[in-house]
This record gives sequence, structure tokens and C-alpha cells, in this order.
Amino acid sequence: MLEALDSHPSPRRRSTGVNLPPFQRLVDAHWRDVGRLARALAGPVDGDDVAQQAWTQAYAAYPGLTSAQNLRGWLLTITHRCAMDLHRSRGRRAVPTDDEAVLAGVAAVDGPEMSPHLLVDEDLWGRVARLPERQREAVVLKYVGDLDHPAIAELLGTTPTMSRRLVSDGLKNLRESA
Amino acid sequence: MNDTIVEQRLHTTYPGSPPLRPPTFPSADVAYVVEDTPVGRILFARNGNGALVASRYVADDEAADVVLDRLAHMVSPRVLRLPTALDEARRQFEEFLAGRRNDFDLETDLALATPFQRDVLETLAQTVGYGERETYGGLARAIHRPTASRAVGAALGANPLCIVVPCHRVVGAHGSLAGYAGGVAAKEYLLGLESDTSG
Repeated sequence: MLEALDSHPSPRRRSTGVNLPPFQRLVDAHWRDVGRLARALAGPVDGDDVAQQAWTQAYAAYPGLTSAQNLRGWLLTITHRCAMDLHRSRGRRAVPTDDEAVLAGVAAVDGPEMSPHLLVDEDLWGRVARLPERQREAVVLKYVGDLDHPAIAELLGTTPTMSRRLVSDGLKNLRESA
Repeated sequence: MNDTIVEQRLHTTYPGSPPLRPPTFPSADVAYVVEDTPVGRILFARNGNGALVASRYVADDEAADVVLDRLAHMVSPRVLRLPTALDEARRQFEEFLAGRRNDFDLETDLALATPFQRDVLETLAQTVGYGERETYGGLARAIHRPTASRAVGAALGANPLCIVVPCHRVVGAHGSLAGYAGGVAAKEYLLGLESDTSG
């Protein structure tokens, strides 16, 4: 062991010069938000794959980040992109609207890891899944992702004004479909 | 249902039947685990090559965060809690602390040490064997810095590889235990263990 002390020089410091926190701290702080957003965007069945894929991509890209600001927003952006990629690859049928089994899959979620205030609302999320695509994305990013309108607008490739409009139309539809 | 209720529910509920699970990762640039041992709570970490880069006493979560921040900064920010990656190191520690092993068969890397600390720690590891003791002054002379015993003490205090690099074997000039990162009781335990099981 003695001669091994210096035999494995570790990779030297990253070149970006940013002090990034240990990746595990991001996982511990945000895995629930990423998981909820992924399920809300991609449905309960594909959502967990989307979340895992988002984390794998985030892990790969992490050392190259040039800023340690708003890491949560960065993770949610990756999650949104993974959900949309899946959506596109499935020929725009990623989000189930009529699949009874999927909609019925909204049940007990209070596993030991979940924080107690997170409940399940089968009826509501079934109605969210049936919203027009842009409204659904905007509503989910606003209320599950806790993102503000400028951030939502950037993800949707639109303006904050339109983001506000999509969210309010989405809420109106949810209210009327109740 | 009015907007406020809808908004509140969107905030506090989500779709899905199985409980959400945290993501899994096959490996990490820095894999770590924090474990309670007979001498205290220790954070073990290894790098992507499998070399041990940390076995540090961490009394609480804050102390662990300090070590993890240093690993993120000095080795790689891709730091993950992967207990199984540390199984071999933990097994050898368990054997060592039970008196069934007197040397470690682990690749190690002093990535967290400064060049001076490396000099001190490598000299210590190469010259002071199981059951032996050295003084701060003696170690200072061994690195050809005879007046640097205080700096040597500080370097030992910063030892990232506690127990593997045996800073517990360095004691005061008159046989006092002096200080130890894991507390003097841990130092006493280790020296007692070694004197009972060596020779």
C-alpha cells in the first residue's frame, strides 16, 4: 500500500473554475421535484424513466457547468427536455389521455421517502393529462416546477405573456372540467 | 372548483401510483459513504480509479459536508453516495479495528493533501509501522525539516486518510498522546489495539 500512495494521480481540477457542490447534494435536494415534474409531463408510466434519464444526463454534463446558480432550474430544464424528446420519439403520443390503466395509476404515493404534504389527486391529474399540450406543459412547469413565467416561456419557446395566458387558460379548463 | 383550490392542489399533489424513488447511478467520480465505526463516524471516499481518497472523522453532517465540498472541489464535483463502492475499504477497516489486520491492501491517493502534507504523510506511512510510535519532532527530522514539528502536527491533523496513513502513531515528545482528528480517546484505542496485537 505504501508505494501505491502516489501511483494514481487523481484527475486534476476542472477547467471551468466554478465551485460546484457535490452532485449528491443536488440529488438529495431535488429528486422529488424532478420525479414529480417528469410524471406530470410524461405520465405516471414513462415519467420515472424520464426522471432517471434526466439525472443521467445531468450527471454527465455537471462538471462542464459554468455557473452554480439556479441548479434546480437547470435540472428541471433537463427534465422538461427529456420529457419532450420522449414525446417526439413517440410521435406526439407520449402523454396518455385515454388510457384507463394509466389514469387509474394515480393512487397511494405516501412511501416512506415522500414528504407528507404531497398527496395524490387522481381526478385532477387525469384532467391535467387531457389539457391541450401547451397548456398542460405551462401549468405543470408553473405548479409542479414552481417556475416563473420568464423561465416557462424560455422552455416553451414563447413569451412570458403567452406563458401567463397558457396557464390561465389551463386553469380555466381544469375548473370547467371538474 | 375555483382557481385557488386548483392551484393549491397542483402544488401539493402529483400523478403516479408507486412512490417516487431517487435516481440510481452505476458509478461516480467520487463515491462515498459515512459509517459508524468503533473509533467514531468516518467518511470513506474513493475516486474513479478505485483509490481511497478519504477516510476522515466526521462528527456530524456539517463536518461531512466540509469533506464532501473539498472532494467536489479537488477531485470531481460528481460526488455520489454509493455505499457498495466502499465495501472493500469498510471490510478492511472493520478487520483492522478488530485487530485481525495490521496493514491495508488498498490503492490510495492523497489528492486532498497539499505537497507539504503529502511529504509528511508519505514519510509517516513508509517509516512508522504497526505498533510503533514516532514523535512530531522525529517526523520533522525525517522529512529534513527539524524545526517544523508544529507544521508536521498540522499536516497530520489534515490527514485525509486517517488510520490508513497512521497519524495516530505520532505522539508528543514525552509520550503524551497530544491531539487527534478523531479525538484522543480514539487515538488511545488505536494505540492500545496495536500494542495488544503486534509482536
